Amino acid sequence: MTTTMVGLHGVGKTFKGRNADTTALTAIDLVIEEGEFVSLLGPSGCGKSTLLRIIGDLTPPTSGEVTVNGKPPEQARRDRDYGMVFQQATLLDWRKVLKNIALPLEVMNIPPAERERRAREMLDLVELGEFGEHYPWQLSGGMQQRVAIARALALQPSLLLMDEPFGALDEMTRERMQMELMRIWQRTHTTVVFVTHSIPEAVFLSTRVVVMSPRPGTVAGIVDIDLPQPREFETREHPRFFEKLNEVRETLRGAGVD
Amino acid sequence: MIRLRKWGPPTLVFLAVLAAWEAWVRVAGIQGFLLPPPSEVITTLRQEWDVVWAAGFFTLREALGGLIGGTVLGVLAAFAASRWVVIREGVMPFYVAMGAAPIVALAPITNQWFGITNPVSKMTVVAVMVFFPVMINMTRGLGDVGADKLELLRSMAAPEGATLRKVRMPNALPYLFSALKVAVVLSLIGAIVAEYFGGSRDALGVYISQQAGLTRMAEAWSGIVVATVLGAAMQLLIVLAERLLIPWHPSLRG
Amino acid sequence: MAMTAAPVSEVIGSGRPRLRPILGFLIILLSLVGLWEGYKLLSDATGGTIPFTETSLPVRADDRSMPHVTQIIGSLFEPNRRGAEQSLGAFLLAASWVTFKEALVGFAAGGVIGFGLGLLFVRSSLAERGLMPWVVASQTVPLLAIAPMVVLWAGKANMPLWVAVAAIAAFLSFFPVTINTVRGLRSPSPTATELFRSYASTPGQEFVKLRVPAALPYLFTGLKVAAGASVVGTIVGELPSGLPDGLGRQLLTFAYYYLSGPEKLYAAVLFSALLGIVFVSLIALAERLVIPRSRRRPA
Repeated sequence: MTTTMVGLHGVGKTFKGRNADTTALTAIDLVIEEGEFVSLLGPSGCGKSTLLRIIGDLTPPTSGEVTVNGKPPEQARRDRDYGMVFQQATLLDWRKVLKNIALPLEVMNIPPAERERRAREMLDLVELGEFGEHYPWQLSGGMQQRVAIARALALQPSLLLMDEPFGALDEMTRERMQMELMRIWQRTHTTVVFVTHSIPEAVFLSTRVVVMSPRPGTVAGIVDIDLPQPREFETREHPRFFEKLNEVRETLRGAGVD
Repeated sequence: MIRLRKWGPPTLVFLAVLAAWEAWVRVAGIQGFLLPPPSEVITTLRQEWDVVWAAGFFTLREALGGLIGGTVLGVLAAFAASRWVVIREGVMPFYVAMGAAPIVALAPITNQWFGITNPVSKMTVVAVMVFFPVMINMTRGLGDVGADKLELLRSMAAPEGATLRKVRMPNALPYLFSALKVAVVLSLIGAIVAEYFGGSRDALGVYISQQAGLTRMAEAWSGIVVATVLGAAMQLLIVLAERLLIPWHPSLRG
Repeated sequence: MAMTAAPVSEVIGSGRPRLRPILGFLIILLSLVGLWEGYKLLSDATGGTIPFTETSLPVRADDRSMPHVTQIIGSLFEPNRRGAEQSLGAFLLAASWVTFKEALVGFAAGGVIGFGLGLLFVRSSLAERGLMPWVVASQTVPLLAIAPMVVLWAGKANMPLWVAVAAIAAFLSFFPVTINTVRGLRSPSPTATELFRSYASTPGQEFVKLRVPAALPYLFTGLKVAAGASVVGTIVGELPSGLPDGLGRQLLTFAYYYLSGPEKLYAAVLFSALLGIVFVSLIALAERLVIPRSRRRPA
């Protein structure tokens, strides 16, 4: 028995322009179940980030119906049902790492002692235990992004929205961060919606990959990734991994994306 | 080593200027009432110490009063301006105009309002001088937050007040400090020059202009020395406060 | 992205919605006039005390301390002195012209010196390290405060006094020009300078084709500050000089004879402010002619 975490029905988004309107998304139907790790994959301009922002109520859709955790997205945002990680870590310069992680807890008026305890717990979860009293600029890009993930998880949300979180990192750091994210996902069982334009990243991380095509942005196909869990370093060398890579590539090509 | 490289050249130049000044005055036989040698200024400063320091502190009080008043009003106005776009945009022409207008010219008016010897008349002039740079910088600081940070707070469903306290205000601190560094110097010079339009006999500006009028140049210059030292001390305090309050800022990262 | 509010930086200075800044300006201007007249009304109503208290208001609001705005404007069209032909407005305009000429000389000298120093600093790091801290320190020395001495020197050296006044203005204007010249000449990115190097361009070419155009917007920022500063310097320099014709003198005179015509002092202060604004606007106008809109730096 599974419950729906995110439901999108006929969702469309049109940006009003000075001369002409741009249709960013049209007729998106997608249901994401609890506990899934779903990647939104596609080339630039396919509206994958816009779709994520609609789920997070950072942008309203122009048509269609959205539910998050069984509620309208605005209600879900107000109830802090999700945590969000952006491409940039977006840490506050003036706060040390621990205080950055505690930010959403402060916003929710959680008492200081409890705040401190949960922030520390999250810091340990992302294995940055000894960096709590550092300022963000004293950390590497990968470490900063781990802090951002810890911050998003601090509220113990049932949903994690990630907008190309590793897009600004180098390839080596990227792969390490992917392993890290898998480990965290295994431990927290949070539902994840993950936007990326990297095919191997989507295949390695996801239980399902939603392939999107541009102009206007729409779902071109969905690929189930039935690779064994937990995903490990060796997963990338698994023959099934390459089969799945190809399957995703074929879907992209079928949609006219090269 | 780094300190030596940083402070070495200016210190040498300073000493060289003092030495050249002293030598030039002595060799060329320049009369003391035109340009006294540094040694004479120092001697005079020691003789006149009580009078000059008292005058310095009188004027310092005016400068500080105006600085604090102008800063508080500027910060409050910045909050209003960051809340209402009409104020933010409408105030820009005034800012440009006040930047161009000689605000010290207000001194004769405030002298009439509060009395020529009343420190409040100079404080008012200084406050007007300080108000605009503080307000404009603070408004920028509250506004230039970056869409990404605002979006983050929105994703946390943070109320407007929390965004103000946790993001906008800390973000504005460095902007406020850079305004204050300018304002501190402005406030002391402003108070002295406002006193050139007339003021209490205990005030530094009045002392300097009177001594210069009597061609007692060593006395006048010792007044300038006191003004410079007080100005430098005020600036030093601001720099220290900055180190204490915004150690995270890129310009201060060690 | 399009849905989130534009940051303030985009709103300030962009002037995209043309009407709103003008509206805001008028609202603030009218409320200032309203505050002034309202304060006077309040004082009339309470007999000069803060409402419901016995404490008197901080500033007396009678027509002698705070003339009506209409009185101040009206005084411009009345004779300057009893029986004089010239109106106060024409008189102050003439005084402003005298002050403007002095300020212009100071501004020009300060601008040339400031730009020269900026060039020197960019060229020679030794000069910058040795002199820059003192250029900065020269601004913490109360420059304006030594105005009485400068005037005295000019007198002893048999120089016309207006030269001393212009020198003070120059002293105040060179600094912003220096700082902005240095900033501007250093503003091209390393990739841009490397591009020029990859063309094997001479330092002269790099300077003329890359650094000077990049520095222009900064230079104008500095010049605008300098123009305002030169007016301040001139007026303050005029105070101890005893020069009879400039605005500084009129400020002192009208302050001295305040009781016989308070609105005249207000009018003189107004003209001082306008002189600064007009001077800066002239520089801004030149900027418009020289630099296309997109490259101008906000005020």
